[in-house]
Order: sequence, then C-alpha cells, then structure tokens
Amino acid sequence: MQATKEKKALTFQELLFALQKFWAERGCVLQQPYDLEVGAGTMSPDTFLRVLGPKPIKIAYAQPSRRPADGRYGENPNRLFRHTQLQVILKPPPQRVQELYLDSLVAIGIDLREHDIKFEEDNWEWPVGGAWGVGWQVMLDGQEITQFTYFQQCGGMDLDPISGEITYGLERIAQFLQDVDSIYDIVWARDPETGAEMTYGDVRLHEEQQFSAYSFDYADVEKLWEHLNLYEAECKALLEQAKTVVSEKNADALAVKRFPTMGAYELALKCSHTFNLLDARGAISVTERVGVMARIRNLIVGVAKVYAEQGRVVAAGVGA
Amino acid sequence: MADLLFEIGLEEVPARMIAAAEAELLRRTVALLGRERLLPEGFDELSGAKSYSTPRRLAVLVRGVRDRQDDVSEEVVGPALKIAYKDGVATPAAEAFARKSGVAVADLKTVTTPKGEYLAATSVKAGRTAAEVIAAELPKEVGAIYWAKNMYWRAGKPERFVRPVLWMVCLLGEKVVPVSFGGKTAGRATLGHRVLSSGEPFEIESPESYEAQLAGEYVLVDVEARRQRIRKAMDKVTREVGGARWREDEALVDQVTHLTEWPDVLLGSFEPEYLALPEEVLVTVMRDHQKYFAVEDAEGKLAPHFLTVLNISTDENSAAIIRQGNERVLRARFNDARFFWEFDQRVPLAERVKLLETVTFQKDLGSYAAKSERVRGLAAAFAERIGGTVDAAALDEAARLAKTDLTTELVKEFTELQGIIGGLYAKAQGISQIACDAIYDQYTPASMDDGVPRSVEGALLGIADRADTIAGMFGLGMEPTGSKDPFALRRAANGIVKILAETELSLTLGPVTSLVAKDEATTDKMRGFFRERVEFYLREVRGQAYDVVKAVVAVGSDDVRDVAARAEAVTHVRGGDDFRAVSAAFKRMKNILVQAGFELPGLGAVATGSGQGDAEGALMRKFGVVDAKVRELSSQRAYRAALEAIATLRPEIDAFFDQVMVMDPDLTVRNGRLTLLAMIVASFSGIADFSEIVTAGSFALGS
Repeated sequence: MQATKEKKALTFQELLFALQKFWAERGCVLQQPYDLEVGAGTMSPDTFLRVLGPKPIKIAYAQPSRRPADGRYGENPNRLFRHTQLQVILKPPPQRVQELYLDSLVAIGIDLREHDIKFEEDNWEWPVGGAWGVGWQVMLDGQEITQFTYFQQCGGMDLDPISGEITYGLERIAQFLQDVDSIYDIVWARDPETGAEMTYGDVRLHEEQQFSAYSFDYADVEKLWEHLNLYEAECKALLEQAKTVVSEKNADALAVKRFPTMGAYELALKCSHTFNLLDARGAISVTERVGVMARIRNLIVGVAKVYAEQGRVVAAGVGA
Repeated sequence: MADLLFEIGLEEVPARMIAAAEAELLRRTVALLGRERLLPEGFDELSGAKSYSTPRRLAVLVRGVRDRQDDVSEEVVGPALKIAYKDGVATPAAEAFARKSGVAVADLKTVTTPKGEYLAATSVKAGRTAAEVIAAELPKEVGAIYWAKNMYWRAGKPERFVRPVLWMVCLLGEKVVPVSFGGKTAGRATLGHRVLSSGEPFEIESPESYEAQLAGEYVLVDVEARRQRIRKAMDKVTREVGGARWREDEALVDQVTHLTEWPDVLLGSFEPEYLALPEEVLVTVMRDHQKYFAVEDAEGKLAPHFLTVLNISTDENSAAIIRQGNERVLRARFNDARFFWEFDQRVPLAERVKLLETVTFQKDLGSYAAKSERVRGLAAAFAERIGGTVDAAALDEAARLAKTDLTTELVKEFTELQGIIGGLYAKAQGISQIACDAIYDQYTPASMDDGVPRSVEGALLGIADRADTIAGMFGLGMEPTGSKDPFALRRAANGIVKILAETELSLTLGPVTSLVAKDEATTDKMRGFFRERVEFYLREVRGQAYDVVKAVVAVGSDDVRDVAARAEAVTHVRGGDDFRAVSAAFKRMKNILVQAGFELPGLGAVATGSGQGDAEGALMRKFGVVDAKVRELSSQRAYRAALEAIATLRPEIDAFFDQVMVMDPDLTVRNGRLTLLAMIVASFSGIADFSEIVTAGSFALGS
C-alpha cells in the first residue's frame, strides 16, 4: 500500500489534463467531447469519419461513452453506464508509436521500471460500422488500461493511410493510479486551498443511478421504437439525396460541400443509441436483433461511403 | 563459409502465432539455402540451424553457409552443323549461337544426335554469392510466412504482415546483408528489452554473439531457455507458501513464454473468502482472464494465491507495487464473479427453461428451448435402448435444464464455462447429483485430449446434444466441406466417437444416426461422416496405422469400441511370422475362390470338405477347433487371442497347399474344398479386411 501512496497520485481531472497536454505537445488537435450519445470514442465523427480518405490528422479528445446495458445502478464498483475514454487518432501512425504511447504513461506518473507492461493481442471490430483493426490491449500489472488499434477498414472500405487509435480507459487508469477498489472512490478533484476532495461518486453516482433506472425500467419501449424508425427514415432520406448531390457530375461545388453527411451520421448514431436502450430494456428479441443491426449497419456504412465520396469530389475540385 | 543470422524486429506479435512463425522462418530459410546450393555438405538441421523468438522478434541462425554457389556448366545444343557452316566457313547462325552461349566460334563443339550432327556449346552459369542470393530471395520467404491474421500499415499497402516491421538484422559472418522488407533494410542494429535496456539500438557483432549480446540487453531470445526460467521461478516463489504447488498448465506456460522477453514471477494472494466461489470459476478468472497460475495446497485444494509472470525483473519495491496492482485487479474480477454468482441464483434454472425460447440456436432450427426438447426425446430413446443402468428421470431433467445456463450472467461473462456453470447452479439448487453431473459434463470432451463424462447419463446427454446439432445441420445441407467447418460439426462428432469408445456405454453409431436424422439421405450422409471420424479417432487418438484403420473399418465401424479393439489386435499381431504366412495363405485362398467364381456361403453354412486326403482332413479338424475358439474369443472382443489362434493354422494350411489340389475335376470334391476355404476366409474376415494391410516390402495382401 505505502509504495504508491507516498507520491500523490493524479486526480481524475489531472489525469485528463496530463494526457491532453501530452498529446497536444505532440501535435494533436484537442477536440471537445462529441455532444451526442455514443458507445465509444470510436463512434465520434472525429474518429469514424476522419479516418476515411487520405487527409492526415492528429487529434485527441475525451469521450463520455454510454453503454446502457452496462449500467448497474451505481452498485457495482467496476461497471458503469457511462465511462470516459481518452481517444487519440494518429493518421498515419508515426514510427515507434508504441514508445510514444509509453511516454504518455510516464507523463501521468507511471515509472515503467516499477511496473509490468505487456502488449497482448486484441483485435477490435465494430461490425455495425463495417470497421475493424488489429492491435493490442495494453496490460499494466494485470489491468487493461488501453486499447491500441491499427484501423484497417471503416465503413467497409480499406483505409489508406491507416490510422493508429489509442483509447485510454480513464476510470481504470485513475483507479490504478490512486489504488482504489471502487470507481466511485476515485478522487475527481482536490481543492487546492482546502484540500477537500470530490470523488467520482460525488460527481457521477446519481447519474449512474438514474440512467440505469431509465435504461432498465423506465424507457418507453414503444416510443423508442418510434424514435428509431423516425431517425432511420430521415437518415435514409438524406442518403437517398446524396446519390444525386454528392457526385462529380454535380456542377454545384458548394452544394456538394454543404451536403449534410455529418447530419446523416448523427441520425445514424441516434439509431445506434436507441437500439442500445431497447436492448438494455430487453425489448429486442433474438430474431429481431440481427435485422435491426443490419438496418443500422446500412445507415452507418452508407454514411461512410457518402463521406468518402464527398471528400474525394471536393478535393478533386470537380464542378467548381 | 560463414554463419548467417537473420532477425526481424516487430511490434508485439500475438503470442498464439509466434511458435509456428518461428518454425516457418527456420524452415523457409534452410529450404532457400538448400535450393540455392548454399548449405554446407552434410548439413544437419538439428545442429546446423537454430531459431529464436520473443514477442518482438523472430530470428534464425544457420551455420557454415557457403560463400557462393558453384558455377553450373550446361551443354546447349545449337543449329545443325550443315546450317552452321557453309564451305567450312561459319554462317551467321553459328556466330549468333556462339554469342548467345558466351563462347568464341572456335570453341563450339559438335554433337551427334539421332537427328544428325549439331553444334553445341558449354555455357557456364556463374554462381551467385550467398549475400546476393540472400538479399534477393530472403525477403520473399519472410513475406510468405503464414499469419492467422495480418495487417497492412504502409501507404499503398505494399505488403501484409502480422505487425509493422521495426528493424532487421542480417549478418553473414560479420558482414551485413542488406535484406529489404516492409520498408526496412537490414543492418546490424537491434533493440533490447523495451524497459530494462537503454532503449537505444545496439549493434550485433557476429551471428555467434547474438544470443549473449541480447541477454546483455535483457532479452532471453531462446524460447526453451525462457520457458525453463519461468518454470524455475514459479517453483521458487511457490515455495514461499508451505506445502503449496502451482497448478501445471502447459498451454498457459506456453502463452506467457511468448508474452515475455525477460520473465520473472511474482506470487500474489487473494482474500480466502473468495474460496467460497466454485473453483472452476476462480481458476477460469485467473487463467483465461488474467493469465495467472492457480496455486494449490498439499491436498490439491485451491489456495488463496496466484502466480503472475512478468516481463520485467523486480526489486523489493517494484515487486510490492506490481503485486498490489495484480491483486487489486483479481479482487475486482472475483467480486464481479461473486456478484453474478449470487445474482443468477435469484432465478433458478427451472424458471430459466422458458427464457430459452428467446435464445436462438440456429435460425432454421429454432430456439434453445426447441433444441432442449429434441435432445430430451433423443436422450430418452437412447436410455430406453440401454435399459436398466440409466436413471432416465435424472437424464430427462438434465436435458431439460442443460442449456438454461446460457441465460445466466456468469456464462455471458465466462462463455468457456457453459455447462459447468449450469451443473454448479443445479447443485446449489438441490437438483439430483446425477442430473447435476450430467449437465456439468455435457460438453466433455472439449477436445481429443480431454476426458469423457463421468456418468452414463452425462455421456448420453452429450451424445444426444451433439447428434441433434449434427443432424440438424446436415438436414439443412450445412455439412463441413474441406477446411470449412463453421459449426464445428467435426469436433461434435469426434466427441461422440470418443465417448462411445472410452465409456462402457452399450450404444453404437447406428441408433445415434438413425434415431436423429430426419430422412434416409441424411442418415446415409451422417454414417459416412461418422466413419471418417472413427478413422480419425483411431489414427490420431489411438495412434493406429493408416492401413490398419482402413482394414478394420472396412468390416464395420458402428460399434466404436469393437473397431478400436480389432485395430489394436491387428497392430499387435501383424509383425509375427506365422501371422504373415497365414495372411498370405488367406490371400491365396481368396484368390482361388474368386477365380472359381465361388460365392461365399452365408451364415450357418458348414465347412464340409470333400472327405478326401489327409492334409484336407487335418486342416478341417484343426479349423473346426480354431473356428470355435475364434468365435468364442471374438464374442469377448479378445481379438488378439483370436488372431493368434488363427495363426496356429499355419502348418495345416501349408500342408494343405503342398498336398491338395483344390480345383479337383470332380465337382463335389472341388465344391467341398472351396467351401472349406470359404469358411476359413470368412472366419478370418470378421476382424479386418486384410487386403487393406500393407506388409513389409509394401507387398499388399488380398486383391
């Protein structure tokens, strides 16, 4: 116990600061969390759409990630309805990117010589997004703290260049740094004047309680289905319009540029989250499940294709 | 002559792929050098080549590689002499040929061929240096290594490989060979351990110094050395707990060996209160989720400790930190498991039967509820056939509840424990021990190395469940083809064969296929499929030779224990002189019968003989005795003794063929003798079709 307690571990927010600062200093654009419900940082358009096409990007952002079925009413010390990922996208991945990542661990106070670090195979796949990659889970003293992925496909399309994705599980790392058994005991902030501490539980427990109750007990199944159908219909309509607007035959370059592919993507994300709520509510039978997932896959993969085409047409300057 | 060292440095390679890739790199390198005539004379792969690997590198060392290929001279035939010279003067055709062959016209020779006289030249192809060959050819071999999953990383996707290439070393003696692959060109610089070494590249002086130099930078590059170090370290730290042992797990030792470059081992502990959870759950959490080894006390009971294999060396301070981290992770995992264990019990298995209606087994075969009902029916039918020894009520309860654990949180979390968890919950919920054990064992054997169910009910449940799956898929036309077996039907059938072979169950494959298949065509397909699985089992599990397997299966494979016993008997006696002689004689008898167009008599026929001749009489009398003995022994599955009894006929058979003419002109005499031979052949043929047996000198008996 004494060993790690001697040095004062970073608070939850200091951890986030330190990682953001680290990546900003290595040329990453710091983006704000995406303001829509997503299940993982990967689903933010800053990852899912930016990895498409040839344009290089280095970007980092924290992403609160909602997984309704993982909620435990705040009663399980290790599971959350909403956890926080720090997502880093490096496109293309630089040489010795693993060493760069390890440097970031040093930046948050981890002395690599005092820990056991392993890169164990863990390949990532998001079938609904037609996306997959190969990579590792990074194990630190037996704890998985990061998912490291080389994206290979997205929206069913081969990526060239590929992107390196680093996803830090912030709660897990904070638990590790602060040596606490429960997520809710993580010190989120410490008042510099008084030393008074706000814990993760102080900040978020009520959210976990209420959103677990909403997802499992209150969410109106019939309304959710209606929402899903409405979002899907609008997204499909946009994708339909894209067929004529987003085309090199379209002489109106501004119309191509302004076509709201990202709007269509948000609608698809809404479908995805609504699906997750229905799933948590136990409202999706096994037979329906495959069908609904295929519907959402059509939307998301459709958006990715339009986005890639839009980028290509705009870059080619066709019609301008 | 010089030693060759090649090392390819990679971002961490998945542990499961390393051993095969290392072996393949060695095989390919040696094959390349052999093909290119660069291996030393009398090259022995065991002493002359060596391979290495860690998560971050594959390497191969080949000793005594020749400096260059020998020149190769070959004779090339050119134009006909009469075209090559006009009036003793070389024509343009001759000059062109000389030029092409790289020799002067004056050095051209004449050869005589069946078509007349032709010009010829000895053209010498200069051998390439080893460095040239390696630089040109080795990249292709590296690029051809098989990976279960690979990736691309460079713009334009010029290659696919398991992970990005970071560096390469290629030394022939002390000289660098600039092999290029994956955007890198080999030099002499390599990297040591990620954390323990300085992190800076350092140069390998020569192939000979490779191992020692890497060890100096905290990389134990020899896999076996690493494995031994891990085993020793585990023994050592386990001794800290009096009387304790770590639980042997070869697969896990293998895995951690391929996850480390400089391994060390720590002993950690957990609160004894978790020992209240089922051992199966605790061990699975430790092994599958954390790659920890379980520790047991002197009585073999799980102790509240674990071993974790590190990829770093520790001092007292860092050992305390790492231990504490691992203990916290394990505590969280055990907490989760305990939460699920308690949560799941709120809904007993009996109430979960209904929930199975919403769990799809296969879209055309319905839910697990439907499957469970089919398996119940099938298990009951099997039980009825077997009769008295089966507790039919317990079997039925087990079949009804067998799949309910699929709806529990614990199985969703630890899918590898399905069945086992069901058995444990059933026990906790007061269900009969027989039913609990059957549920627990339903997926046993999981592999050919696994055991078989402990009870007859468990065996029947396992067979019924698998047979239902196979029949269902075959009925949909989804049988395995070639390397494609997405529903693991071969494994399911292997499980059935193993259970039938290794339990005392009085059940054969006949009813297993006919009771479950929806129609005659499916039954036939399943029979063929099972015959292949029986052959596979006899070969791979029982180690029987290919021809013996063919020979015994040809006589029948429905009764798996019987066919296995026959195979073992044949293997045992096949080398003996008498047996070989008698086999050859039987083959002769069979040929005589075939040539005579003699129909083999049906069951109940009596060996009449012709009643003439001493040798015939002697053979008849001896056969009468031996035949009775063979029948008696065969009925007890004492096939070895039966075959040995048959072999005792040798003197009488030899005398018979010496002294008796089978094809006597008198039809009655002839038929009497043919009947005798036919009976002898039939008696012998119930055990194996010996025409399938390959004897020494590949002289095959029979037709």
